Amino acid sequence: MFNASRTRDGLTRRRFVTGLGAGGLLAAMPLPASASPVTSGMVPAASSATWNLRVGRQRIELDRKVLHAPCIGGNVPGPILRWREGDTVTLNVTNTLRDEDTSIHWHGIRLPANMDGVPGLSFTGIPPGETFTYRFPVQQGGTYWYHSHSGMQEAQGLYGAIVIDPRSPDPHACARDYVIVLSEWTDVSPMDMISNLKMQDDYYVFRQRTLASLPREARAAGSIGAALKDRLQWSRMRMAATDISDVTGIIYTYLLNGHAPDMNWSGLFRPGERVRLRFVNAASMTFFDIRIPGLEMLVVQADGNDVEPVPVDEFRIGVAETYDVIVQPRDSQAYTIFAQSEDRTGYARGTLAPQPGMAGPVPPMDPRPVRTMIDMGMGDMKPGEDMKGMDMPGMTKKDDRTGGMHMPDMDHGDMGQMDMDHMDHAMPATPVMEVDDPGPPPINVENQNVAKMPVDRLGSPGDGLEHNGRRVLDYRQLRATRPGTDPRPPSREIILHLTGNMERYIWGFNGRKFSESGPIRLKLGERVRFTLINDTMMEHPIHLHGMWSELENGQGDHRPYKHTIISQPGSRLSYLVTVDAPGMWAYHCHLMLHMELGMFRTVIVA
Amino acid sequence: MRRALLLVVPIVTIMNMPALAQVPSTTTATTTQATKPTYRAADAPSSTPVVYLGNMKPVMDHASYFHGILDEFEGRYAPGGSDFRWDGEAWYGTDYNRVWLKTEGTLEHGRLHDGDHELLYSRAVSPYFNVQGGVRADIDDGPTRTWGALGVQGLALYEFEFQATAYVSDRGRFATRIEGSYDFLLTNRLILQPQAEFNLYTKSDPARQVGAGLSDVDAGLRLRYEIWRKFAPYVAVSYAGYLTQARRIVHDQHGETGALRFTFGIRSWF
Repeated sequence: MFNASRTRDGLTRRRFVTGLGAGGLLAAMPLPASASPVTSGMVPAASSATWNLRVGRQRIELDRKVLHAPCIGGNVPGPILRWREGDTVTLNVTNTLRDEDTSIHWHGIRLPANMDGVPGLSFTGIPPGETFTYRFPVQQGGTYWYHSHSGMQEAQGLYGAIVIDPRSPDPHACARDYVIVLSEWTDVSPMDMISNLKMQDDYYVFRQRTLASLPREARAAGSIGAALKDRLQWSRMRMAATDISDVTGIIYTYLLNGHAPDMNWSGLFRPGERVRLRFVNAASMTFFDIRIPGLEMLVVQADGNDVEPVPVDEFRIGVAETYDVIVQPRDSQAYTIFAQSEDRTGYARGTLAPQPGMAGPVPPMDPRPVRTMIDMGMGDMKPGEDMKGMDMPGMTKKDDRTGGMHMPDMDHGDMGQMDMDHMDHAMPATPVMEVDDPGPPPINVENQNVAKMPVDRLGSPGDGLEHNGRRVLDYRQLRATRPGTDPRPPSREIILHLTGNMERYIWGFNGRKFSESGPIRLKLGERVRFTLINDTMMEHPIHLHGMWSELENGQGDHRPYKHTIISQPGSRLSYLVTVDAPGMWAYHCHLMLHMELGMFRTVIVA
Repeated sequence: MRRALLLVVPIVTIMNMPALAQVPSTTTATTTQATKPTYRAADAPSSTPVVYLGNMKPVMDHASYFHGILDEFEGRYAPGGSDFRWDGEAWYGTDYNRVWLKTEGTLEHGRLHDGDHELLYSRAVSPYFNVQGGVRADIDDGPTRTWGALGVQGLALYEFEFQATAYVSDRGRFATRIEGSYDFLLTNRLILQPQAEFNLYTKSDPARQVGAGLSDVDAGLRLRYEIWRKFAPYVAVSYAGYLTQARRIVHDQHGETGALRFTFGIRSWF
């Protein structure tokens, strides 16, 4: 145990002080620009059915980056909204911005389409000076979040957490309850990011393979020849194995409850208490890998829905996902909440401590992940191998994490004639009446790759987390505590390819961006299976508004209900949707720049 | 030299046009058996467009962008004579359709030569290649020439930057330019870039120091340091010289037929 906050970096910390009043728990700490640092991360004492939220811009300086951030009540993140299942909530959102519309989308909340807060789909936005009243019955419990769906306001600070008290008593009563909102902070405008990426796709990536990194790669690969061969393979494809995040720690400071790492957000506990941590990834472009060295985390909820508890050392949270974990620190010491970005260019950090002002050791970041042929949709192939060389039907080769290759359904191209019975099915092969298959996407201006052999990666915790010696959560471990409410098999399957051209920085589905596609039409009352094939070499957190996505992860009728599902590169997965909410809904990748550049569809339910 | 032109034509066609057929064929089958897929593409472009509330599009994926880059902006030094050279381009437009402006020139002993300026329409045709067509004007201290231009520009295999353009002049002559460069990352900011540009002509034009066949080459090996992405000073060795018939023409005019020069400059873009 050591107390670093008062002495170490005293001067540099002071630059974060913005002059607002201090007090309470964090008196010795530099303050975030929020007006209420004391309550940052604290769930309000009681739920409320009526909230008045004022959207405005506030000058905030964090890590020497000044931004006039759009936010609620002058705070980033905005206030934690505590609701109660069964209540009808009223949310009066007033736009005090000078010359821009705003909107709030209630992420993961089941509500009427006109309350969903997407300009153009749900309503026409909230013009400056006006107040829009959202009102809807709350039919669910758990941890959720809200954010703007107008322009790029979400990327600059217009987001916050929602905690809904469940109607049934919480099986995981905890002495302490903290919300942990992870996000990014930068003074670079998102429009500039897009423009820069259109000119140079690796504009923000300074972790590429270079001459200087060759000796290290040669050691890892066994020889210089092998390392060079792998490089040539990637450069032949005109892609980069080091392409992990499009926007990186070069410009981002990663925040935990609005605190830069140096500011060290702290949550208090008494040794032996159970502490619930409600993680929300409110970042616009960053996946985080979270661990608390010295503490086991019990994952009890994913995307607001209870799951059978899974003890883990680490988990990855995709953009827009939420996870609730319970920890039980027994020693009177400081524990570091360490959330490193997937590309390892930075981390968000906070502390759980028995007293204010403590700090635990900050672990070094892990090596950054490197993409492989699996991410390219080439299955387990080594560079240079082709499909003919593989012993497919036997499929005896096992990867200890993924449990071998799972290819639940192969219906195109040269894979079609293989003996399906020998394959290890991950999902129930429920017959569907109608399969809507666009076929492999074309290679064109908007798509640079086709995953020839997409694999089931639900058993993988994700690139950079496999075989790291820790117990890391994967999607297959998520098992809902109750069976799903709709036992019907799907009557229709919609296959969508996630596509993109990194070089031109264009994203889309089925090789087309939003502006070149039509809507996805669903029939009210039907049960649909969405199958996602990720032909790109990046993760995409896919979010369907208004309806649950029941991930088919091998847990039978205890499928986890999610609102945002990570599709891993080179993978194939599916989920079921009960189409029970009429209206126009958004369906998109939640990486903000991917969404904005075309990985978006309108879903029309009628 | 027609051979030069012939070299380019197949390149243009190889860079193919799959993108022009973006929409996968869709069928309108309505009923099917249990196992048979229907290919109706749930999100296919529709003849009945969606009516967005307030006519607000939920995302803006069809914006125009504007960028310019000066790849070369450099002084070249040699005992025989020093000169200054620039080579840059700018574009404005959407993902598919852009207007390009390319310009290059060399200032030597107060005289501008090798001045080449092109205004092109650029159409994205494949993941990495654009077809470009427009006009080229040779404007410098020599006689002015104008050309029609058609070429390809893009990222070839192994991430090799490549441009090949064919030109036809108002006097019925043909020419070709081929340019390439490659970035070797020594570190993430220290980048070694070999680059070369070759010009070929069907007929000689002594007033512009142009010879039939392979006429001139301009090449450099530049070591730049990206202080930030958009600003990188560099040191280089560059070679500019005339070849074959052009070399004799320049020699007869008592000009310098070629020189290797120590060079430094700045690469920048916006």
